[in-house]
Amino acid sequence: MNPFDYVGVSDTDDALRQKQRAGSRFLAGGTTQIDLMKCDVEQPPALIDINQLTEMREIAFTADTLRIGALARMSEVENHPECRLTSPAIYDSLWQAASPQLRNMASIGGNLLQRTRCVYFRDPHTFSACNKRQPGSGCAARDGVNGNHAILGTSESCIAVYPGDLAVALTAFEAVVIVRNAAQRERRIPIDEFYLLPGDTPHLEHDLASDEMIVAVELPLTPALRHSHYLKVRDRSSYEFAAASAAVGIELDGDRIRDLRVAVGGVATKPWRARHVEGALRGQPFNEQTLRRAAELVVQDAELLPQNQHKKLLAPRAIARALMKAGGMA
Amino acid sequence: MSENLQLQLEINGQPHTLLVDPRVTLLDALREHLTLTGTKKGCDQGQCGACTVHIDGKRVLSCLTLAAQANGKSVTTIEGLAQADGTLHAVQARFLEHDAFQCGYCTPGQIMSAVACIEEGHAGSADEIREYMSGNLCRCGAYPNIVEAIQQAAADLSREAT
Repeated sequence: MNPFDYVGVSDTDDALRQKQRAGSRFLAGGTTQIDLMKCDVEQPPALIDINQLTEMREIAFTADTLRIGALARMSEVENHPECRLTSPAIYDSLWQAASPQLRNMASIGGNLLQRTRCVYFRDPHTFSACNKRQPGSGCAARDGVNGNHAILGTSESCIAVYPGDLAVALTAFEAVVIVRNAAQRERRIPIDEFYLLPGDTPHLEHDLASDEMIVAVELPLTPALRHSHYLKVRDRSSYEFAAASAAVGIELDGDRIRDLRVAVGGVATKPWRARHVEGALRGQPFNEQTLRRAAELVVQDAELLPQNQHKKLLAPRAIARALMKAGGMA
Repeated sequence: MSENLQLQLEINGQPHTLLVDPRVTLLDALREHLTLTGTKKGCDQGQCGACTVHIDGKRVLSCLTLAAQANGKSVTTIEGLAQADGTLHAVQARFLEHDAFQCGYCTPGQIMSAVACIEEGHAGSADEIREYMSGNLCRCGAYPNIVEAIQQAAADLSREAT
């Protein structure tokens, strides 16, 4: 690990002032940050420990909104009594993420910024080519072991999969990421725009300036969210990243679908909203055959690699199964 | 070179002062600076659970926690679990009775995680134990006996509480 200055701060203003130092990083739970520093993927000159900013740890449910402070721990949201009731997909995405120890440590803001698990990205000493780590250096994954790389949202430059669970559920239900800078300018960014496609610049992953801090995430509490589910399919039954996952919510009107939300994880370079699937199902009868046919639309533009073709089967099946569960059919 | 940090930690009920480089993890502080070698270094990258300790009563991975992040906090390690007179914690006793290990390297982490698992209320069934203990790997594959030991310890502790 590179030497760095450890900077403690007691208020947000101080934290944002300190962050103006080039290359510095905020330290919350540290589960990604310390890990990537041990791998030498990140070498910040300073870590700004923001854990004393306790006002950013609040979890507030109102009648129509859930606001989660950026420093709330994943386990604190998971264990909040309202979470399971109002937002089953959020709850399901949390208890199936990582391990209990990591969920006690990891903050919600840090979780949103979790970086890919691409083994070529994580191993700079063995693999020098990684456009995400070193722009223009190439991509070792494209001709490497790429069975868990993305089939959606990829580019010539990068095929790394977005690994998280919570952000997939937040994307389905149109959460807003709230960020602030040293000049106290606050921005509210729809989560689907917060995550960037790799394109020619895979090193740029988020709409977040170097002098900005995530302060909270807001989620509208909708009827579809109340009838929601997060289905995670993986190589082992627990403590594993998704091979494919689906976050869905459904609002039925008799036997017809009035409204629905669908996003997938484990198959795309960012949390992936499946708007074509939603469009094909809105107003349609709620039955297995209709769901399965519409779910196929999620992979209509998929770009497959020799080793990850199974994901083209997994993603639509995960969507269909999750919708059946959320709608009370399974 | 970055400046050393002076830290105050309460470990197993005892106050400790440490002067460490900011890079030192809680795991290395325990093992190398305080010679509390019960906490094990397995993968050292947050994937195996061997380094599990409690900070302010919550189970965490000490390999991904900087010692600086534990400043001012209360840390419990496997050495702090038994009573002062040597009476083992129910989880320790049941691990012995059920032979819930082979080589024993993952055992301190398994036990610290299991104590928290029971306290959190996640030891209600074998399936729930398997899910909420999934962050602790055992390469010897002692899982069936680990699950049995935890079920028994949970029953012991629930009897004690009533």
